[in-house]
Amino acid sequence: MALVTFDKERCKGCELCTTVCPKKIVIMNEEEINKKGFYTAGVKEMSLCIGCGFCAMICPDCVIEVEK
Amino acid sequence: MSKKVLMKGNEVIAEAAIRAGCRYYFGYPITPQTEIAHYMAKRMPESGGVFLQAESEIAAINMVYGAASTGARVMTSSSSPGISLKQEGFSYLAGAELPCVVVNIVRCGPGLGGILPAQSDYFQTVKGGGHGDYKMVAFAPESVQELYELTVEAFNVADRYRITVMVQGDGILGQMMEAVEFQDQEKIELPEKPWATTGTEMKRPHNVITSIYIDPEVLEQHNLKLQAKYRLIEDCEVKVEEFNCEGAELILVAYGSVARIAKSVIKLAEKEGIKVGLIRPITLWPYPSKVFDKYVDQVHSFLTVELSAGQMVEDVRLAVNGRKPVHFYGRMGGMVPTNQEIIAKIKEILGGVAK
Amino acid sequence: MKKVFQKPHALVDIPQHYCPGCTHGIVHRLIAEVIDELGIEGSTIGVSPVGCTYNNYEYFNCDMVQAAHGRAPAVATGVKRVFPDKTVFTYQGDGDLAAIGTAEIVHVAARGEKITTIFVNNAIYGMTSGQMAPTTLLGQVTTTSPFGRNVAQHGNPIKVCELLATLDGAVYVERVAVNNIKNIISTKKAIKKAFQVQLAGLGFSIVEVLSTCPTNWGLDAIASLKWLEENMMPKYQLGNYKGKDLEV
Repeated sequence: MALVTFDKERCKGCELCTTVCPKKIVIMNEEEINKKGFYTAGVKEMSLCIGCGFCAMICPDCVIEVEK
Repeated sequence: MSKKVLMKGNEVIAEAAIRAGCRYYFGYPITPQTEIAHYMAKRMPESGGVFLQAESEIAAINMVYGAASTGARVMTSSSSPGISLKQEGFSYLAGAELPCVVVNIVRCGPGLGGILPAQSDYFQTVKGGGHGDYKMVAFAPESVQELYELTVEAFNVADRYRITVMVQGDGILGQMMEAVEFQDQEKIELPEKPWATTGTEMKRPHNVITSIYIDPEVLEQHNLKLQAKYRLIEDCEVKVEEFNCEGAELILVAYGSVARIAKSVIKLAEKEGIKVGLIRPITLWPYPSKVFDKYVDQVHSFLTVELSAGQMVEDVRLAVNGRKPVHFYGRMGGMVPTNQEIIAKIKEILGGVAK
Repeated sequence: MKKVFQKPHALVDIPQHYCPGCTHGIVHRLIAEVIDELGIEGSTIGVSPVGCTYNNYEYFNCDMVQAAHGRAPAVATGVKRVFPDKTVFTYQGDGDLAAIGTAEIVHVAARGEKITTIFVNNAIYGMTSGQMAPTTLLGQVTTTSPFGRNVAQHGNPIKVCELLATLDGAVYVERVAVNNIKNIISTKKAIKKAFQVQLAGLGFSIVEVLSTCPTNWGLDAIASLKWLEENMMPKYQLGNYKGKDLEV
């Protein structure tokens, strides 16, 4: 069981996290923007998350926390 | 208790710094002050301090900046072309409010110039060779004894105000040997430095040493704070000698080695019945402007004598403010004026032989 | 469940001003993680450069000193000579280290000054909006090489690790990149080793981190990582240049 949380207001929409997820569950939410005007990253299919932490490792802005 | 020894000016500066608690010296060789580095190379390790010959004067002033950030007493020394290199560093030190002592044994310029004495770095030191609105306190000793006393005091003033203090000598003072009386115990005023970057030990928020403030409102406030500090220093730290000024017809204005010549000119002039005095600024900044008010009504005129094309004379003119004539006599290139030249100039100004 | 990834304590919990996808953020975090793991935040003093990261003193929780352009190694020397038992690091870009600061970095390495330099090489000047750097590649278009860098006019790029490895005082010299997870993990290992080299008092340590500048390269963050792999990595070979077998 694993959980990733995204601090949406810190996300700059760079999309780097979407390229490293082995389960390909990190996606950009293009239905809303944060206060800075960025589309933010997130995970919808949390049950598939293996808690590898790769998304958090490549994020330049410490947007992501990972629990396992 | 004290001890009297015969010592060379440059070495006295180094010894004074160590006695004032300076334990870090970063420098680079340049004539005519390299003896300071030589002396420090031996004496610093003996005193448990650090001597490091830097790769350049630029590196040296930045090492001073780093050491000063930690709260340590630190100095560097150089001569005119090397001081030019340090100007960016001075601006940073001022903006970051770091205390330190810098010694300039002035030689002639411009450019590579010559190795003989000059006083042509007055503008650079007092009017700011570095960028921005800043000042450094500048001491101008006239003897080896003053090189010692003012270097010790420089560290106290630097710490008192978190400011750079420049000890501005010249090649004559640096190279001359005179008797100097050392105190057994120096008067050292070491304030607490809660701002210093010493490592948080996880016991306090981090300290940051910086001179950049991007927000204009913040930077203006920072500059106003610096200006307030400079006004305070102007009120409290002026040092000046008034020599034979009471009743003088003409007052010489000179500092450093030239002031010594001026004093012998005054004795000679006395013999010829001309009463001459001397205002000797000991702080080039803050400038002793107010002292001119005491004598401006009494004198015929002032004569500023410098080893330059005329730099301090501008501050004399500002202080006198048009109330009386301010004349200038200068020599350059390492040439030093003789008594006779100066007396001749005085006579020319006063118009013939006095009664 | 327990947290397996969170912000390191040594990194201040505030938003960072860097461009979206700029890899400075990754490198800052790795340094902070290493500081946390080694337990040295309270005895570390960092030196900030001039460049995009001029104000990274806002982002590290340890004491920080901001330095004039290129002079961080000299400033760090001043700090370390006062506090030989504390950990002192500089963080510098390619203009700061390889242009104006060449004398200072060569001499801290030559002196074997016991400090650590993290050198972020993105082959361009970021802060001042995209001029040629000493590490800009031949043919690369920048605002001061608008027709592409060419040898006749601009000379060749500088390979900093190779240069510094010739100096005896530089005991640990490693080039890494942050273009993918494997390399990010290697970067953290290298940064940790560099700090451990300092803690063991062995000499000067430097980690050159190949990084991106999406804004001035005119690419998005993902394309920038690809550009780094395809263009920078062939020229600036990753690997250890000194001190591979150092015992720390």
